[in-house]
Amino acid sequence: MIVKSIRETVAGMWSLLVGMKVTSKNFIQPNITVHYPRQSVKSLEGYRGHIELVPNEDDPFKSKCIACNSCVRICPSACISLKASKPKKAAAKEGAADGAEDKKAPAKKAKPELLSFVLDYNYCCLCGLCVQSCPSGALRYSSDVYLAGFSRQEFVIDLLARLQYQAQKKGAANG
Amino acid sequence: MIEPILILQMIEAIPIQLMIIFAGLLATVSFIGLNAILLVYLERKVAGFIHRRPGPYEVGPHGILQPFADGLKLVGKQIFTPTGADSFLYWLAPMISMAPALVCFLVIPFGPHLQIFNTNVGMVLILAFTGINVLALCIAGWTSQNKYSLLGAARDISQSVAYEIPLLLSILPIIFMTGTFNLFDIAMKQGSWPWQWFIVYQPLAFIIFFICALAETNRAPFDLPEAESELTAGFHTEYSGMGFALFFLSEYAYMVIAACVTAVLFLGGFHGPGVSGWWWFLAKVYILLLIMIWIRWTFPRVRFDQLLNICWKWLIPLAVINLLVTLLVIAL
Amino acid sequence: MNLDLRLDTSGDFYAQKFQPTKRDDTLILNMGPQHPSTHGVLRILLEIDGEYIVRAEPVLGYIHRMHEKMAEVMSYPQYLPNPARTDYLHALAWGWAHVGAVERIMGIEVPERAEYIRVITCELNRINSHLLWWGAYLLDLGAFTPIMYSFDDREIIMDIMQRITGSRLTYCYYRFGGVSDDIDDRFVNETREQCARMKERFKMYKDLVTDNFILRKRVEEIGEISVQTCRKYGATGPVLRGSGQAYDVRRAEPYSVYDRFDFNIPAYDTCDAMGRYMVRMDEMQESIKIIEQALDSLPQGDFIHPKAPKRAKPPAGDVYFAVEGARGKIGMHLVSDGGKSAYRLKLRAPGFSNLSLFAEVSQGTLISDAVSILGSLDLVIPEIDR
Repeated sequence: MIVKSIRETVAGMWSLLVGMKVTSKNFIQPNITVHYPRQSVKSLEGYRGHIELVPNEDDPFKSKCIACNSCVRICPSACISLKASKPKKAAAKEGAADGAEDKKAPAKKAKPELLSFVLDYNYCCLCGLCVQSCPSGALRYSSDVYLAGFSRQEFVIDLLARLQYQAQKKGAANG
Repeated sequence: MIEPILILQMIEAIPIQLMIIFAGLLATVSFIGLNAILLVYLERKVAGFIHRRPGPYEVGPHGILQPFADGLKLVGKQIFTPTGADSFLYWLAPMISMAPALVCFLVIPFGPHLQIFNTNVGMVLILAFTGINVLALCIAGWTSQNKYSLLGAARDISQSVAYEIPLLLSILPIIFMTGTFNLFDIAMKQGSWPWQWFIVYQPLAFIIFFICALAETNRAPFDLPEAESELTAGFHTEYSGMGFALFFLSEYAYMVIAACVTAVLFLGGFHGPGVSGWWWFLAKVYILLLIMIWIRWTFPRVRFDQLLNICWKWLIPLAVINLLVTLLVIAL
Repeated sequence: MNLDLRLDTSGDFYAQKFQPTKRDDTLILNMGPQHPSTHGVLRILLEIDGEYIVRAEPVLGYIHRMHEKMAEVMSYPQYLPNPARTDYLHALAWGWAHVGAVERIMGIEVPERAEYIRVITCELNRINSHLLWWGAYLLDLGAFTPIMYSFDDREIIMDIMQRITGSRLTYCYYRFGGVSDDIDDRFVNETREQCARMKERFKMYKDLVTDNFILRKRVEEIGEISVQTCRKYGATGPVLRGSGQAYDVRRAEPYSVYDRFDFNIPAYDTCDAMGRYMVRMDEMQESIKIIEQALDSLPQGDFIHPKAPKRAKPPAGDVYFAVEGARGKIGMHLVSDGGKSAYRLKLRAPGFSNLSLFAEVSQGTLISDAVSILGSLDLVIPEIDR
């Protein structure tokens, strides 16, 4: 009994030394962390930032959005709100918001123009359902990782203004 | 108006011993402060490197000013007394914890000519004064009006009471071998080479002493009075600002004392290969402190009853056997 | 309003309900909802005699977010991100339970490749969950270093998963009839590399922690839970397997393609915290085995059924679908009335059942042991409160 207990204790003491060996080995190995302000993480591939609008191929100031409202409907957090002008039959469309899908085909003639596309990023849960549900591929994730602000208001983002700003910047850079 | 001569005479009238002690205390305070700064930095850096991260890095080059930033933060915090706490005792406790640590440094021989107060009862003095710390933690836990603090204080008392015994028993063989309580004499009895140190003659006593020192200073894996995951912060749960800082400082001070005493008793004090001096002493002390830090960042915490079991079932019997064998050898 | 109740300083409703006791030498200790070892907002009322626990009672509800009610309000696809928020550590298993239930009631066929992708990602997620538990448990026991090493491994897995799923923790990856994105060669290679790396890391973990004398003393013969107790409270997962019963939903009622893989169900009949610890450590290795087999036999094809419905509208009826999560059996009982959203969705959270037995098991133990037992149950409070 005593012999067994002594043997167990000696083996236990040895296990403690083994543990110290492990930590000492790690002590001399190089750091694996990233010193953030001086370095940044290399692979942000696949990172889902907040959504942004994809510009039209012909006109970078215009979005591909067809204002079908499917992103608004699928969003679990209800953080997307968009307004679109319906050039001719605006009033009729407004009344039948639920049946927007059925009217997609006839709406081709009179393309609704996007007036505003506001994302309330405070409530966004980054599920990506809006991007997947978009029939025209007008939404994508931005790769904006370093987001910080002083008020909630800063995260209510007007995506259309953002698109136009980006196009402007791009245009300035090109020409 | 007093003549300058008179002032000189007045100064001469003060016993020289008292002046040395006063100067020594000042030196000790600065030494503790310096050590605390170094140890805070060292602890965090070592922990960082063990975790494969850089540790403090932002304040100053390689985070070297981090301890100052920490200190500044603690000084700037609100001094807060919980409702229902006895505010006199509550604020007395950190001071009681800190004050004895200053005295202990007086008798430690840092070098052949670097000892503030050489006395024949140096070892006894250290043991007596470090014991006061228990009282401080007890008061802190009791007056905090917090159940976690109370549990922490209860743990600390039983832990300290238990570990005083093997601590003393592991020192006794050295005392018998040298025949003195004088730390300077004990250091002088050892040679400059490692095989002339008492650790070679008393390896078991060294291990017991080191374990007990860890337990006495509430270091992991014996940090039960402040076991974070069980008692949030144990006896200093309610302390903020400088109250907490004093506990923190005294913990590091006691760590340094424990390392100093270990170095004197078992590792030849200021002796070392080549030229003996305070540099060898500091090197030994810091190696011991590094081992303490290393242990802290490696092991889980023991349980409370296991802690007492280790003491009563293993350390005390082993220390007694070791003492008896030593006495037998000396007698022969 | 009862003013007396408001003026009473002896605690809140739960504490007062807990007060009546025949002994007058005990202390009521309120552990949580802010306490380092309750991981979140679990509150436990303890009646202690010295350091020994006379009585314990978990108080829940501090992070109740009405996930079940939300299912009744949101449409089926809208509810997709929700399950990941109940148990943020094994998000994919919860997501799987949800899509599985909807697929079963609607009879949606899942392509084989999608099933394989689900298995691989779910097992990676399980490893992640167990790694975090391992680190956090050691943190409870007072060792700080292991959590840093486990996070090192977790980061790599999260990087791999992020490329495919787009998130690092609360994944919303599974869709009705498949998954949202296909995996590529880079994912396969990186996963293989990580599997090989993990095998080396497990050796280090064993040296540093599993064999450690102090840890063994802290977990062996602590919190013994018999199989009967587990059955009484409906405990599943590693808690049940740590009590010697090799019950695993992946084997007991195989879903998806789990019946094609060769893996063991680790079970330890020591019934103590060490048994549960070892079950989880072994399970990580079994998960790696499953992942490697799945990667070897990964079929080509669609990652989502081409005719998968965009807007799910299941027929009236009810269905139960269970998966094996990192904490035990995750069940979703879906009752549909044929509408756009569920009539009722009952979430069976394994953590809730596992926590229930704590009150019985912790009696007569030390506070330190209670922390050890609590940790060994692997609680995720948002999942318990839902």
